[in-house]
Amino acid sequence: MIDEIIEVAGAELPVDERLVIRKRRLASERAGAGAKRICVVTGIHGDELEGQYVCHEVARRIRENPSALKGIVDIYPAMNPIGIDSITRGIPAFDLDMNRIFPGNREGDMNEYMASEIIRDCKGAELCVDIHASNIFLTEVPQIRINQLHQDVLVPYARRANVDFIWVHGSSTVLESTFAYSLNDIGVKTLVVEMGVGMRVTREYGEQLTDGIFSLMKAAGIWSGSVPEVREPVISYDQRGEDVHYLNAPVSGIYVKEKAHGSLVREGDYIGSILDPLRGKDAVKITAPADGWLFTTREYPVVDAGSLMGRILKQEVYDRCKENGENGTENTI
Amino acid sequence: MERKILYKVDALYRDDFRVTGFQFGQGEKSICIIGSMRGNEYQQIYACSQLVRKLKVLEEKGRITKGKSILVIPCANPYSVNTKKRFWTIDNTDINRMFPGYDLGETTQRIAGGIFEQIKDYRFGVQFASFYMPGNFVPQVRMMKTGLENVELARQFGLPYVVLHHPRPFDTTTLNYNWQIWETDAFSIYTTSTGEIERGSAAQAVDAVLHFLSKQEIIRYRGHEGYQSRVVETRDFVNIRTERAGFFESRVKAGERVLAGTVLAAVTDPYTGEIRQIITAPIDGTVAFVHNETLAYQNTAVFKLIAEEDVL
Repeated sequence: MIDEIIEVAGAELPVDERLVIRKRRLASERAGAGAKRICVVTGIHGDELEGQYVCHEVARRIRENPSALKGIVDIYPAMNPIGIDSITRGIPAFDLDMNRIFPGNREGDMNEYMASEIIRDCKGAELCVDIHASNIFLTEVPQIRINQLHQDVLVPYARRANVDFIWVHGSSTVLESTFAYSLNDIGVKTLVVEMGVGMRVTREYGEQLTDGIFSLMKAAGIWSGSVPEVREPVISYDQRGEDVHYLNAPVSGIYVKEKAHGSLVREGDYIGSILDPLRGKDAVKITAPADGWLFTTREYPVVDAGSLMGRILKQEVYDRCKENGENGTENTI
Repeated sequence: MERKILYKVDALYRDDFRVTGFQFGQGEKSICIIGSMRGNEYQQIYACSQLVRKLKVLEEKGRITKGKSILVIPCANPYSVNTKKRFWTIDNTDINRMFPGYDLGETTQRIAGGIFEQIKDYRFGVQFASFYMPGNFVPQVRMMKTGLENVELARQFGLPYVVLHHPRPFDTTTLNYNWQIWETDAFSIYTTSTGEIERGSAAQAVDAVLHFLSKQEIIRYRGHEGYQSRVVETRDFVNIRTERAGFFESRVKAGERVLAGTVLAAVTDPYTGEIRQIITAPIDGTVAFVHNETLAYQNTAVFKLIAEEDVL
């Protein structure tokens, strides 16, 4: 088996340092020119670390059973290496969200150049999994988010990824500058995973998604080893933005959550409260506006008026998926 | 002059967040001028402050046309200014990527929505804007090419350049873009600087706005006539990039006219002082933009030139 570290893109920094994006390539010795390839990508946002464990675990499992590898697995653990090193979500020194500069520009500035080299490197892959970890504020159940423009192609793959939830959302012009949009646009089937919370590693979620990645690899003919059975996800086709209730803070304060993410809640259930430790006013109780599935909860306690505290998938959408065990698409790739 | 709070968020420990406006005259919502939306836009606040000062005098002299009102909002984001953060203090989001806003959404969506609700019905909208790259500009009026832009109106500011730029995906959430969609004639005015006050270019921007107000008969004022603006598109700018990273030492200023071959800057090795790159002008032109930080990264557009004839 080939196991090597490859420089994907690099640039000179002003003082005695290079900015380097590296990947680890694991490939079957017999993988020829037509071999299928999967890219496991994370760290576009420097404060999202859940994907770190997945990168480690995917490589570890392959090394445990190298003969089962039939294609190529490229692992990119740090798309924004200086961001990860400095606990910075965006690109340090530029205050720039790296996930808004794709597909990049080879003739552009350093960051646009790096983005274009990343796209060039991933081009031609059969599949790509782009792992995010929400942000430091919110915890998410493992989920895949899909732009409606790509749903026909991506939903069958997403169902293999062992996530709890697939959220097909309406298209937005702003999202055209994301890594996933750019790759899907050139025919690399790219799944965006959101799971856990920023600045932390949730091992359980890492194991779950790693199982999903091996399931995807098997379906794509990249892996011949045994894979665990994947869970059936809840799927929301929410192009019009009507499937989800958003819980935004009515006042500023300190949010203390009561219900964990992943809870099923009934209308009126106590979700959490907002405290005012200075004035000692009565806590503002936050209750569920309707029955449903609390798939996002707030982790970071400080809230401004408007801060997101949670998202609830409407009960009827949840039930439709659970009762039918059928989500309206063929489970074939 | 009426000072009023246009939008407010009650805070937990800080003083409340307030967006403050200054209204001059009464009646038709003629023009709104907004300054800083980001925490580092001191020049933009300063330019508004000078506009407030002058409009107050004009109002006292009865020079504001009856039935017309003018709104100036020096700063839409005092929280970030006071903490020297560019974006929103808690979640680092950019208010100028949240328009038209949403009153039930997240904090910066609500702020954008609250401000937009107050200013969307103005006939003209002017934003003193800054660029996402650190640098100094030749004074200019910028407009997005949405199909709704009115170049002839932009000329009435009398600034040296009217610059047209094609919106990119993220531009659709800016104030300027949404103003245009809501049928306000919207302009962005770039003065020379952002994070430091430059009185000369601020005065030029203030004069430009007063000149425009006068042309539109919103005020009676006789300033100087300004420039015959030249209209250029951003894609016509000639970008000059660093080939190497290092310390950047510019030899020219924004607005200077240069001949092809003129030395514009040097990039040096921070350890040895050796020259890594001498940057020269590839064409005769005007320096529209100069990078103004000591550090230069590789491939950074450190100059933008506008091609000119008759550079002597």
